Amino acid sequence: MTWYPLIIRSFSKRSIQKILSINGSSTVDEIHKELGKIMWDYCGMSRTAQGLSDAREKIQAVKQQFWNDVKVLGTNDELNMSLEKAGRVADFIELGALMIEDALHRNESCGGHFREEYQTEEGEALRDDEHFAYVGAWEYQGEGNQEVQNKEQLQFENVKLSQRSYK
Amino acid sequence: MSWLTEALKSSLGRKLVMSFTGLFLILFLVGHMLGNTLLFFDDGGQAFNEYARFMTSTPIIQALSLVTYASIIIHAVYSIVITRINRRARPIQYALNKASASSPWYSRNMGILGTIVLIFLVVHFRSFWYEMRFGQLPVVNYDGSGEFKDLYSIVAESFKQWWYVLLYVVAMIGLAFHLSHGFKSAFQTLGLTHKKYTPLIEGVGLWFSIVVPTIFALIPVVMFIKSLG
Amino acid sequence: MDFTLKIWRQKDAQSQGQFKTYQLTGIGADNSFMEMLDELNEHLIKNNEDPVHFDHDCREGICGTCSLYINGRPHGPQKAITTCQLHMRSFKDKDTITIEPWRAQTFPVIRDLVVDRSAFDRIIQSGGYISVNTGGVPDANETPITTSKANNAMDAASCIGCGACVAVCKNASAMLFVAAKISHLAQLPQGKVEAESRAESMVAQMDKEGFGLCTNTGACSVECPKEISLTHIARLNRQYYKAKQASDYIPDKEEIHEG
Repeated sequence: MTWYPLIIRSFSKRSIQKILSINGSSTVDEIHKELGKIMWDYCGMSRTAQGLSDAREKIQAVKQQFWNDVKVLGTNDELNMSLEKAGRVADFIELGALMIEDALHRNESCGGHFREEYQTEEGEALRDDEHFAYVGAWEYQGEGNQEVQNKEQLQFENVKLSQRSYK
Repeated sequence: MSWLTEALKSSLGRKLVMSFTGLFLILFLVGHMLGNTLLFFDDGGQAFNEYARFMTSTPIIQALSLVTYASIIIHAVYSIVITRINRRARPIQYALNKASASSPWYSRNMGILGTIVLIFLVVHFRSFWYEMRFGQLPVVNYDGSGEFKDLYSIVAESFKQWWYVLLYVVAMIGLAFHLSHGFKSAFQTLGLTHKKYTPLIEGVGLWFSIVVPTIFALIPVVMFIKSLG
Repeated sequence: MDFTLKIWRQKDAQSQGQFKTYQLTGIGADNSFMEMLDELNEHLIKNNEDPVHFDHDCREGICGTCSLYINGRPHGPQKAITTCQLHMRSFKDKDTITIEPWRAQTFPVIRDLVVDRSAFDRIIQSGGYISVNTGGVPDANETPITTSKANNAMDAASCIGCGACVAVCKNASAMLFVAAKISHLAQLPQGKVEAESRAESMVAQMDKEGFGLCTNTGACSVECPKEISLTHIARLNRQYYKAKQASDYIPDKEEIHEG
């Protein structure tokens, strides 16, 4: 598998070259902040199906903005912190989009994922263990393709799933 | 013994040498000051001349003198070596450096202060030590206890010159600042610090660095004033 | 608030650098220093000018990455904070702020305000650790230690390796940094075991790197963002001299660490 690192390197080198060549009008930080605002507003502590669905579109717009309009000065042959940041933001966009997908899929509230449509009368998280007792592991399908969800079912033998009470 | 030379060439080893020589010189200052207060006596210089003879003819004093000369030379030479290493460690200076915000000026200018002391030492040695050893000093007789070189007379003569007295006073000011950093720096370098004793060491150090140079400076000043009357 | 910024620009390690002056307006008093620089960089990038490169990471005073010499003091005018914890309210409106990288032969400039501090890494590699076999975990309560020693070790351990001590030292000495690590480990039972060889090897590496000699001015401790005390340097001195006269290590005959 010694060719594997070479493939990864050539992929990343191509991305780096692409990022440096765009020379648009948006700075990396501007795009980063827009991404952050979308995630904060729609995929934060409290989420709704509508909000997540809006976010899904908005984030695609941010992705387009990045790959068509980002401006990163300098080259890859020097210490280039803008380029480093750009690479990270490109990854964050991917990650953010996936988080939104995942949140949309999970039609329950569970742990840090709170969907306003699924709450108890007292406003606590309402789980749906019948349908969602699994870990969702998303699998990369190549550039531009939707990730595929793998479900790792959670089986509880000795401990029974129950509702936590803070009273 | 190569491990020893290696150790002495390390940064901490060199610092140790500065500390030891510095502390020895501090001890020397105590003795030298005490002896020279004999110059305050109004006895025509008898006590001082007898003391001078004692100092130049007693074996143990002569041995200690050699250690003193060596300490001066090693202290000065090592300071140059250390300064060169330290200058090399920062080839490009800051455009703006507020050094006084974090340390007193004299702690950062020990080399200059030491040089003032060294220049003074050259003059001081030439004026008195050299004359005592190799010069033609007048001779004086005290109650038949023999002939004594009259070192006192050339000291008194020298201190009739205001500019010479001024040189001594300026040098003693330089010494005072040099000591006010050097005293506690020597203890810090040796690692001899402790919550219980460091305040005492620093207090003694400050007192020492003011009192000893003051007494030294008073000798020429008082003798000058006496010579006017 | 508006500022005039005099910033050191340097293309790379081989280039000559120089100061460039920038005017910046409309900065909030509660903006952090780094947010102010981010603002400057946004303007520069929009104008197709290379942004100012400076080191930063956590931006909350704990990682030791940020390293700016601001108006003649490492980490700026306030006591016991790092650059990233400095806010613009510490300056007056219309102030001129001079920003330089850490200056030392041992910290070569990589670009603009970013310096190479791997000398610190090599010093730690030379002995700033304890050699312990992993595996079983003994009961911590079986290893007694007094509270005062534990606290003192913790004080020393709070060194974040930023290098401000070297930067402000007139001799560019790394003694406070080395002393912090030595003092941290040597006071703890697990670290005592190798205290001698640790002192010798870390000082040897420090000298090899080209740091200057400590002359006890104390500036390092004053400017240290974690307020590391000079007593740790005294401890390092003691350990080193003791090790030098009594340890088994003879230079050129063997490696310091047998294990």
